[in-house]
Amino acid sequence: MWDNIMVLVAAPVFSVQLVLDGLFIGATFALAAYGLALVWGVMNVKNLAQGDFVIAGGYIAWWLGKQGIHPLWGLPAAIIIMFAFGWFIYVTIIRRVIDKDLFTSLLATFGLAIVMAQGLNLMFGPEVQTAESDFAIRSMWDNNLTIAEIKVLAFVLCGILAVMVVLFMKRSRMGQAIRATAQDARAARVMGIDTDKVYAFTYSLNAAICGAAGAMISMIWVIQPFYGISHSIRSFVIVTAAGFGNLPGVIMAGLGLGVVENLGGFVFGAEFQQAIVVGLLLVVLVWRQIQQRKLRQVVS
Amino acid sequence: MKARLTTAVLASAFALGVTLATPASAKVEGDTIVLGSAISFTGKYSTNGIHAKNGYELGVKKVNEMGGVKVGGKTYKLRVEYYDDESTPLRTAQLLERLISQDGVKYFLGPYSSATTTAAAPIVEKYKVPMVEAEGASRSLFNKGYKYLFAVLSTSEQYLASSIALAAEIAEKNGKKASDVKVAMAFENDPFSLDVRAGVLEDMKKFGMKAVIDDKMPRDLNDISATLTKVKALKPDLLLLSGHSKGAATGARQIKELRVDVPMIAMTHCEAAKVTTNFGDAVNDFLCPTQWAETLSYKDKWFGSAADYDKLFKATYEGYKNVPYQSAQATAAVLVWADAFSRASSLDPEKVRDAIAATDMQTFYGGVKFSEAGNNIAKPMVLRQIQNGSYNVVAPSKWASHPVNWPRKAPMN
Repeated sequence: MWDNIMVLVAAPVFSVQLVLDGLFIGATFALAAYGLALVWGVMNVKNLAQGDFVIAGGYIAWWLGKQGIHPLWGLPAAIIIMFAFGWFIYVTIIRRVIDKDLFTSLLATFGLAIVMAQGLNLMFGPEVQTAESDFAIRSMWDNNLTIAEIKVLAFVLCGILAVMVVLFMKRSRMGQAIRATAQDARAARVMGIDTDKVYAFTYSLNAAICGAAGAMISMIWVIQPFYGISHSIRSFVIVTAAGFGNLPGVIMAGLGLGVVENLGGFVFGAEFQQAIVVGLLLVVLVWRQIQQRKLRQVVS
Repeated sequence: MKARLTTAVLASAFALGVTLATPASAKVEGDTIVLGSAISFTGKYSTNGIHAKNGYELGVKKVNEMGGVKVGGKTYKLRVEYYDDESTPLRTAQLLERLISQDGVKYFLGPYSSATTTAAAPIVEKYKVPMVEAEGASRSLFNKGYKYLFAVLSTSEQYLASSIALAAEIAEKNGKKASDVKVAMAFENDPFSLDVRAGVLEDMKKFGMKAVIDDKMPRDLNDISATLTKVKALKPDLLLLSGHSKGAATGARQIKELRVDVPMIAMTHCEAAKVTTNFGDAVNDFLCPTQWAETLSYKDKWFGSAADYDKLFKATYEGYKNVPYQSAQATAAVLVWADAFSRASSLDPEKVRDAIAATDMQTFYGGVKFSEAGNNIAKPMVLRQIQNGSYNVVAPSKWASHPVNWPRKAPMN
């Protein structure tokens, strides 16, 4: 461990590489986590299929790449297809469990996660896949710092998407309806808001956001039908650490998680990468408990 | 009434116990000997499970076409009865119980993967029915004293060991000591890859080499950039990676993106991860161990040379650009059965088991001779190098078809 720290002290360029890689992947974590915060905050549904939505989006981009279409087109395609898929899932499953107890919705989304993973496995096989953007890789300082252009582009696109979602929530009628429903669903109904439609839209929006994150993950990382669970865990860690409705918190936690995973993996070894994330979550929870700050705000 | 009920329950339990504890009579349907296999047609091992099934079927087809097997003066054809184990070890065990107890099968071909074979081994041992397996390489399968488990493939600790010998050979050729070679290792934290690691460590010890990185990757690994950044910082002479297809795909992608410039890189499962198709020139000069290659000079009376097998396989099954070694070794397992039945001159599982244990044969897949523990000791692992997109055998030198390219240069894009 100390040897590894000494390497980072002696050659800080490697720290820069680790931090940059962490930020690039962390941006996609933050995006998926924001979707979860939305569904959790508005509908009080803990969506255990969150990571599977991400992977499904990844397969859309990958599949387009296989058909000779640039996988970047997978981004809008994933947003549209996953939005429609989210609506279908809401109508067929989520609507029936939304007013039930926590355990029922957990079970339903857990079942959905299993079905989605197995479905993707049947459709695309169990191999690890990557969508190749064929964009250039820039390097500096004798190749000690390398930056793939696709990672920078994905980072920027994540940022743009996050801003778009925020603007939508603030400015559009549906965004306002979602916020009103999150504050008090009963009052929103009394005021004439069709909360069932709001829930359907929220769940679909989450699926679309996850699809977008997945499309980018397939271009900068790897996808596999059974990788959904690790993305679900990351989303839960980020939302729990940040608190619902706290968008700056979600972004900071997402980016921070990416960086901590990378730096932790370097210093302690790859085997501790996941353990560090969970350990960090525990620290945050304990700290929050001590502070007794029960933040439960509207998603904004 | 109560006594009668108790008697009925006890009688049923006894009957069930007898059914489960004793193997049924050998499954021979007319002139066909039935072999059983619980293998993965769905789930995470399905791709390789289907490769293995294709290998089994080609072996059976060939043996049958050549007249079948002669057992005590009578000729029999072979047939395999399959069940889908859904890539789940528990299911493998359940299905084997079913094949033995309900279907009466007494001769087995293995499942795909070490995990499912680990679940299968105690079952065949319990019922004393022999299993010739082709897809479970973990060496932990062969240190438990099993008597009915036989494997035609080389065990996992041999997968990357030859790359250590090759690195030592190159170092000495360049006027360096073998002990000066710095090795970086990243292995998945699963039984297969930890076996591979154990084999590598053993060989490194022989040459006095040092490991500068020894990372264990999580099972759901999808990012090894932290380890690769460490590799860039510490500049080892040899980088070893093992983590099934996901490790190979993740490694290949991130080695390309981070421009990891190590003179020698060896990883398992290059072919299964289709690294040449997915990453093109970026994987040039990677060293990839294989159980078998079509360029090797192995021969047998059924298929002819390894190249002939390759040709026949591609003609039989559509969509194969390369024949996976998983299929070749599955076929070899069928050949072991054919050979053992002929020598045993009996269908008694005990006698057939003894004939399998005494196997000493040459196949298109390589030699097959089992140790006391049941693993094949007659066939080495082969190291191939990706040279301009082709997999060429470079080690061991006895079987090499091409010289090794060294040092490897990191691609510039």
